Amino acid sequence: MNTQALTGARLQGPEVDSELLHQLVEYLRQNRTELREEWARRITDAQLLSVMTPEEIFSEVTAVYDNYVDALETGSVETLQAYARDLSERIIPRGVETHEVLGIVLLLRDVLARSLFVNYLHDPDLLNGILDAYEPAANRIAVTVGVSFVEERERVIREQQDAIRELSTPVLQVRERLLILPIIGMLDSARARQLTEQLLGAIQSNRAKVVVIDITGVATVDVTVANHLVQTVEAARLMGASAIITGLSSKIAQTLVDLGVDLGMMRTVGDLQGGLEEAERVLGYRPDGTNGTAPEDT
Amino acid sequence: MSVAILHQGDYLIASIQSDLTDSQVLRLRDELAERVGRHRARGIIIDVGAMDVVDSFVARSLRSIAVTAKLRGADTVVVGIQPDVAIAMVQFELNLDPLRAALDIDEALAELNQLATRSSGDER
Repeated sequence: MNTQALTGARLQGPEVDSELLHQLVEYLRQNRTELREEWARRITDAQLLSVMTPEEIFSEVTAVYDNYVDALETGSVETLQAYARDLSERIIPRGVETHEVLGIVLLLRDVLARSLFVNYLHDPDLLNGILDAYEPAANRIAVTVGVSFVEERERVIREQQDAIRELSTPVLQVRERLLILPIIGMLDSARARQLTEQLLGAIQSNRAKVVVIDITGVATVDVTVANHLVQTVEAARLMGASAIITGLSSKIAQTLVDLGVDLGMMRTVGDLQGGLEEAERVLGYRPDGTNGTAPEDT
Repeated sequence: MSVAILHQGDYLIASIQSDLTDSQVLRLRDELAERVGRHRARGIIIDVGAMDVVDSFVARSLRSIAVTAKLRGADTVVVGIQPDVAIAMVQFELNLDPLRAALDIDEALAELNQLATRSSGDER
């Protein structure tokens, strides 16, 4: 849902009597203290916002309540929306869930509706008019708060995805001319491409001759991922570096065989340790650490 | 022609100075095939470091240079492929196996020397 559309729209239709609305707002202002307390009590009873202290809940409740009444009065949800964003920003890191936020907004709606009901019980016509003014506005407000929360959450998720993407592809130099590239997590096309670029850049700047690509941390390998690996290895070869793939689990190896992916041209070694030993052999190091002669064929 | 072909020992070194047109690529291929025989070269080094773009025609031509030279008794090593170019080249899905690659001319000379040592070892 687009909050911009919500912001632009007036909360009430033209048929709503502004006199009634005024009366409604007056009523909510007069009973501010007890309605707030009732709301906070209901939140605690329902065990929502359990990560926050009662004092915190009460102060947030007060702020939301005032913003809520203002939004009812002016018909503009902008202030409330800004507040909801700000609130979401503060409570998301503390682990508040979407259902809790929706829950407390709906609770407020219930608390106010019931209180209106009790207050205007003596005059059903007036009650009807008041509820006509109240309900659409209250629903819009509930939607606004919910959407603001979800949008904020999505923004946080996007930021984290970006961060993970950058963090998860380090290219490390282990020895002169030997790089390792540990791959962790999902490999999709975008990430495989970025990873290849990073690796090739590192090959060029470190003058690497051997690259060990460790995929112990890759949970699943499908045809697409396997092809990405083949392309990465081939691209590395074109840069003058030979690649060794390590960490193929038995499950992944079987999957690849079942899929019929041809990794025959790739050099694979069981684990990272074996891969490093193989790499050092290619570079001409002896197992005892001295630099031997006669480097292996590549 | 924007390709300088130098003769050094047993090897030919072709240094490409800029992006090549298709006809220049073909001329390079013919020139190299001819000079491999004339100089009795054992290896060819092609420096493509100055090329920002390698299209599928150039990639295929490099491959055919390597295959042709091999038939005339010389190994071909391409050096200086830029990262972007390498990514592009693997996406053409050509079989580039006949093409050897090295980081720079030093590396390529080392690789060719190694190949020569090994094959002369085999003959003995």
